[in-house]
Amino acid sequence: MELIERILMEWKSLFYPHFRPHHKNLEEPERKKKKEKRKKTRLCSSNNLGTKSKTNLGSHSESLMAQQLQNLPDVLIIKPPPAFISFESDFTQKFKILRAWKSPLPLDQFLTKHAQSVQALLCRAVTPVNADLLQLLPALKLVVTVSTGANHVDKAECRRRGIAVANAGNAYSEDVADIAVGLFIDVNRRISAADWYVRRGLWSSKGDYPLSSKIGGKRVGIVGLGSIGYEVAKRLEAFGCKISYNSRSERPSLSYPFYSNVCELAANNDALIICCALTDQTRHMINKEVLSALGKDGVIVNIGRGAIIDEKELVKCLVNGEIRGAGLDVFENEPHIPKDLVAMDNVVLSPHKSVYTLESFKRGSEVMIANLEAFFSNKPLITPAYG
Amino acid sequence: MDSIDVFMQVPTSISAYLEQELDKRFNVLKLWTVPNKTQFIKDNSSSIRAIVGHGGAGADAELIDSLPNLEIISSFSVGTDKIDLKKCKEKGIRVTNTPDVLTDDVADIAIGLALAVMRRLCESDRYVRSGQWKKGNYKLTTKFTGKTVGIIGLGRIGKAVAKRAEAFSCPIAYFSRTEKPELKYKYYPTVVELASNCDVLVVACPLTEETRHIINREVIDALGPKGVLINIGRGHHVDEPELVSALLEGRLGGAGLDVYQNEPEVPEQLFGLENMVLLPHAGSGTTETRNAMADLVIGNLEAHFLNKPLLTPVV
Repeated sequence: MELIERILMEWKSLFYPHFRPHHKNLEEPERKKKKEKRKKTRLCSSNNLGTKSKTNLGSHSESLMAQQLQNLPDVLIIKPPPAFISFESDFTQKFKILRAWKSPLPLDQFLTKHAQSVQALLCRAVTPVNADLLQLLPALKLVVTVSTGANHVDKAECRRRGIAVANAGNAYSEDVADIAVGLFIDVNRRISAADWYVRRGLWSSKGDYPLSSKIGGKRVGIVGLGSIGYEVAKRLEAFGCKISYNSRSERPSLSYPFYSNVCELAANNDALIICCALTDQTRHMINKEVLSALGKDGVIVNIGRGAIIDEKELVKCLVNGEIRGAGLDVFENEPHIPKDLVAMDNVVLSPHKSVYTLESFKRGSEVMIANLEAFFSNKPLITPAYG
Repeated sequence: MDSIDVFMQVPTSISAYLEQELDKRFNVLKLWTVPNKTQFIKDNSSSIRAIVGHGGAGADAELIDSLPNLEIISSFSVGTDKIDLKKCKEKGIRVTNTPDVLTDDVADIAIGLALAVMRRLCESDRYVRSGQWKKGNYKLTTKFTGKTVGIIGLGRIGKAVAKRAEAFSCPIAYFSRTEKPELKYKYYPTVVELASNCDVLVVACPLTEETRHIINREVIDALGPKGVLINIGRGHHVDEPELVSALLEGRLGGAGLDVYQNEPEVPEQLFGLENMVLLPHAGSGTTETRNAMADLVIGNLEAHFLNKPLLTPVV
């Protein structure tokens, strides 16, 4: 799908949550009404003078508006984050956005021509912020990433250049935790597999679906007890799961047992839920040894980053029945997944969408804007990215 | 006790554990193994002293009347809607079920269904498997945390659903036969009012004459195009044709169903909808729980034939 089409589809499903192609005819009058309303609202918010229609603006008002736009600080965006697209007007009210993706120029030429004095970059999780990019932005002092994970930002290079880095903080923790728990229940209770079984008419032709695995009483090891890990633990406790964890540092205020290494955590649990950041230390941390320790009745859920798990090893273990199942929202080479997983009914696959709700996009935008505002008023960042 | 005839109409699902344990202790007459079912019942009618039923197969008045020496019906389920309890009371026949041991599993499925529907877990799993992710990201879905969960029936299962939903910061509201002021949940005196004031409506009550079609058109419309219905009770709690048309017309936001009017038949019009999750009556379908349920069935039968108090009597 073309980028424009994709953006339009996301915009449509965002503002018309019940937009489904086969309901197009039913919703047509309502959609048209909503479209007209949005158009009016957009026109109103794009000028600060409170006039109702763009055509009523005199030349004095127009130049005032242009002046106000000129006074807004510049923020560079190379490729627009989906959250930005959804809440663009919240950004454009406060910042002048340099839209690199809209230019016909190749990126390096665009940056050389237009971004030499830009101080702030707003980036997606898939935009690598490395030395190559940074040397084209001599005035850059701030990188704000829309994601929680900042593994795509070369923090050492940023430190060398005196560039601060901010991430989304805990803006998405609830939605991500919901996906982690949803995947965990799904893998154990075979929800997606059984749903597919019913839709293919197999319940009436083949009989009952095989029994699945009880969640209550399971020992669950959280890898990374940050904001997301904590939300996951809180939820699973209500299902009668016993929580323990491994993290960079112990959190003594929490009563969960702490394991100082992830292998020991795996050996003492029925499931692992990966909630940590991807760093040099955590890359392929879930390896053959850890998976063996988890064992053939073990389940793994990953909502962190694909590269935290040695994906080849994981697939081998699943193929050989050395672990019981997996729920994965992230993969090493998205959007590609190991083809062995496609036919497995003991895995649940999710297209890296744990933050894809309207509420998360809204909260993420608020956090990004707050960080940018803090930077431009010389105040401390709201959610600096550490590590 | 292996001289005692115990009658079973249908095999109890995938787990052979219950049948194995029954076979060890009793002479089990398995209706599904014989070609002429009516004749089989006639031939054995006077020797049958116990029936093992389950959620889909109990004992109606006709069957009970045809078994003059029937003493006990031990159901492999918590629901006893398929058993003519009035008849059993009249004739002094004991009835047992399997409460408590399946409460957690069923509540887990209720929340699992809500998450799967609202976050489109099943649909996006197929999106990845079919290679569509390579063409573009999946769309936005609906946040579950913080949504109001309305529960019909605040018994064991209803309370367990509430406890789990609370961990997601969901405000809890309910409709029940009687208000329970000791619980800090919002009570609504009618199901329509409850449906109007919640985002996710969970059916967790027993099926009785009063609760048949408790989810009707009025309730569905009150729940609305953003509302999600979760049915972990019985198929007949819901007016199924009304539910299907509401989903097809977009009057209801989505549904997660574990039970249907005419299992294992599921309305085929639902198969193509992405705002649905359809489970094959698997609420208690874990190895651990089915074994625990089987132990209760056996335990109740043994208690009865040893003249000891029943473990989980209904009648």
